[in-house]
Amino acid sequence: MAHSFTPSFRCLSYTVQGVTELSGDFGSFEDLAMPHFARLFNFACWLTQDRSAAEDLVQETYMKALKGFPSFHQGTNFHAWIYRILRNTFLTSRTGLAATISLDGDDAPSEPATEETPESILLAHGEQHTIQNALAELPVNFREIILLCDMEEMSYQEISQTLAIPIGTVMSRLSRARKAMRTLLTAGMEGISQ
Amino acid sequence: MNCELWRDQLDAYVDDSCTPEQLDGLEEHLRICASCAAEALARLQLKRATRAAAAARFVPSPEFRLRIEETLRKDRKPAWRSALRSAWIPALGAAFLLALIVVSTSLFTRHTAREQAVAELLDLHVATLASANPVDVVSTDRHTVKPWFQGKLPFTFNLPELQDSPFKLLGGKLIYFKHNPGAQLLFEVRKHQISVFIMQSQSGSDSLPATVTTSSEKGFSVEMWDQAGLRYALISDTNAADVHALADLLRAAGHP
Repeated sequence: MAHSFTPSFRCLSYTVQGVTELSGDFGSFEDLAMPHFARLFNFACWLTQDRSAAEDLVQETYMKALKGFPSFHQGTNFHAWIYRILRNTFLTSRTGLAATISLDGDDAPSEPATEETPESILLAHGEQHTIQNALAELPVNFREIILLCDMEEMSYQEISQTLAIPIGTVMSRLSRARKAMRTLLTAGMEGISQ
Repeated sequence: MNCELWRDQLDAYVDDSCTPEQLDGLEEHLRICASCAAEALARLQLKRATRAAAAARFVPSPEFRLRIEETLRKDRKPAWRSALRSAWIPALGAAFLLALIVVSTSLFTRHTAREQAVAELLDLHVATLASANPVDVVSTDRHTVKPWFQGKLPFTFNLPELQDSPFKLLGGKLIYFKHNPGAQLLFEVRKHQISVFIMQSQSGSDSLPATVTTSSEKGFSVEMWDQAGLRYALISDTNAADVHALADLLRAAGHP
């Protein structure tokens, strides 16, 4: 990981007393939520860049989701719903981090378009670490939208619901994020070649 | 449209989010533009490489998974509470409402049927008293009155010994109640007449109460009960105590 954060999720002493009292149907919640556990943890690690912080984030996400489950409308997109909770928890729980994330991707500086296409060379060399490092170095709002789209394979509509932004903003932010990613990959390639 | 405009659509293309119209135009362009086709391929490769590099990069420990599962289960409510809260409460509510309607309807129907039956017996009693020939068999002797009904009724009954009582048997006649034959016996106590109706329990008289029931209907004292497959109904303008005393004698006589 390129960054080392001081996790603010540590030492969360969470009690669910009273939480399940509010939930309408625990069995249904567990059935819906636990299949996402490993992927949520992976996503949380990518966001927080720290395993302990990710564990706290996932735990808090599950508690909030359980508490809010009665308001979840059956038949709607649980996947997007619980990712939104995780992402909002991440934004609101990290002191000062929210300020570093521009919720409007259009405010982010535009990365220059590159004519280089390093992907095939990277793939040929199996440079997964280079891609992982590039992802880790991306601003969080770029990293999360790439992860939601490419790793979680969410549709633009689902990303729109998860990030609470219009679909047009999803498309423009994703485009900028990918350009930034390619720039970082190009730099990574140069590092490899040297 | 130049290549820059087409390339603006390449992200949607690799994300499988193009509209059918966009897809038609874009694929047409990619067939004739090697540069844009290479760019599309590069973006698709990057998308796949990102997924391969990012997915399952971090795996939660079994201990953490267990901790989450235990935390969620810690305050799990009993299944019946969840069931009650989610699905069963509306169902139970609907069932209760339905049962209430059924019971209310049944009670109302039964109450109405009972009122109609009592009114019919009152009419018979009043009509008997108003008649010049109130009874068909005129006798104070129970051994005369009871045999008179032989062959006329599909059942038989016992009459009490009245020698040491204030009651006097005047006679009896055949009646039809709810299209079924029954006996009407006329007794006298201190110048008051008491009609005793005896019918089969399941021959239209089931709307009358089966247990011992005393009431006052339009000034008449009424007592009814069911005994040994027969339904008894006593109606008189005398007081309820007299009616009850005669009823006790009849009940005693009716026991085998």
